[in-house]
Amino acid sequence: MEITVRSFWTLIHGMGFGALYLMACSGALVELYRRYSTHNPALPTERDEKFLRTYLVAMAAIAWLAVLTGAYIVYPWYRAVPPPGTANLAAFPQRLLLASPTTSGWHAIGMEWKEHVAWIAPISITMAASVVLQYGRNLKEHPQLRAAVLGFVWISLVAAGVAGFFGAMINKSAPVEGGTVIQIVQGEQK
Amino acid sequence: MNTQSASASATPSARPNGAGAAAILAASVGAFLVAVFAILADRSAAVKSLMIFWKPTGSLSGVTTCAIVLWLASWAILDMRWRNRNVALARVNAVAFALLILGLLLTFPPIADLF
Repeated sequence: MEITVRSFWTLIHGMGFGALYLMACSGALVELYRRYSTHNPALPTERDEKFLRTYLVAMAAIAWLAVLTGAYIVYPWYRAVPPPGTANLAAFPQRLLLASPTTSGWHAIGMEWKEHVAWIAPISITMAASVVLQYGRNLKEHPQLRAAVLGFVWISLVAAGVAGFFGAMINKSAPVEGGTVIQIVQGEQK
Repeated sequence: MNTQSASASATPSARPNGAGAAAILAASVGAFLVAVFAILADRSAAVKSLMIFWKPTGSLSGVTTCAIVLWLASWAILDMRWRNRNVALARVNAVAFALLILGLLLTFPPIADLF
C-alpha cells in the first residue's frame, strides 16, 4: 500500500482540511442557532462560550489551511504544463481534462469555479469567528448580527461544498499524482 | 452607509453593533472582490499578467491576495469608523448579502463569461 507525495498532499487538502471544514460547518450552524436564539431565554455559560469561540477560530484556521494548501501546493501540480510532445498526460491533470470534450468541462467549469469560490469560505468564517469573539453572549442582544453571522456560515458551507464537490470529481477524472512514493504498508504477495 | 445614534435592535447597555457591522460588510466586499479580480484577470491579458504574484499558481495568486488585502484594509477602516457606534444594521446586512451572493454567482464561469 503506497501513496505518492502529490496524492498525499491532495488528501491533506481535500480530506484533511476540506471535508473536516464541511463537517464542522453543520456543528457551527446548530450551535450558533441554539445558543444565541432569542427564543432561548438562558444565556450561554462561560464554558459554552469559550468552546464556541475556540471551535470557530479552529474552523477559520482549517478553512485557510484548505485554500492555502490547495492554491499553493496542489494547484501548481494540477496546472503543470507538459513538455512539447508529451503523449502521456497522466502527470498533467489540467491538460488531461482539456484533452477530451467529455472531461474538459470539469476544468472549464469545475476547477475555474472551485479555485475562486473556495476563498469565500475562509473569509466568511473568519468574519463569523471575529463577531463571536467580540460579542460573545452580547450576540443575543443583536439578532441582526446573529442572523448575518448565521447567513455567512451558510454561504461558507455552500462555497466549501461547491469546492469540495468539484475537487472530488476532478480528482476522480484526473488525479494529481506523482513525486516520491511513500510506502504505507508492505503487502503480502499472493 | 448612514449611521444612527441608537439601534432599534440593541438594548442601551449592549455593546454597539458597529464592530460587527464592519466585519460583516468587509467580508462581503472581500468575497465580491475575489469574483471581480477573477473576471478582470480572465478578460485582460495585462491584468492577468499583473496578477501573477507566484508563477506556479498563476493569476490565482494575485487575484486572491489582492482581494484579501483589500478585505482586511476595508475591515480596518470600517472598524475604526464604526467601532463605538450603532449603525443601521438592516441596511448593512442587505448590502453585505447582496455582495456575498454576487461574489458567489460571479465566480461561476458561465455567469462570469457574460462580462
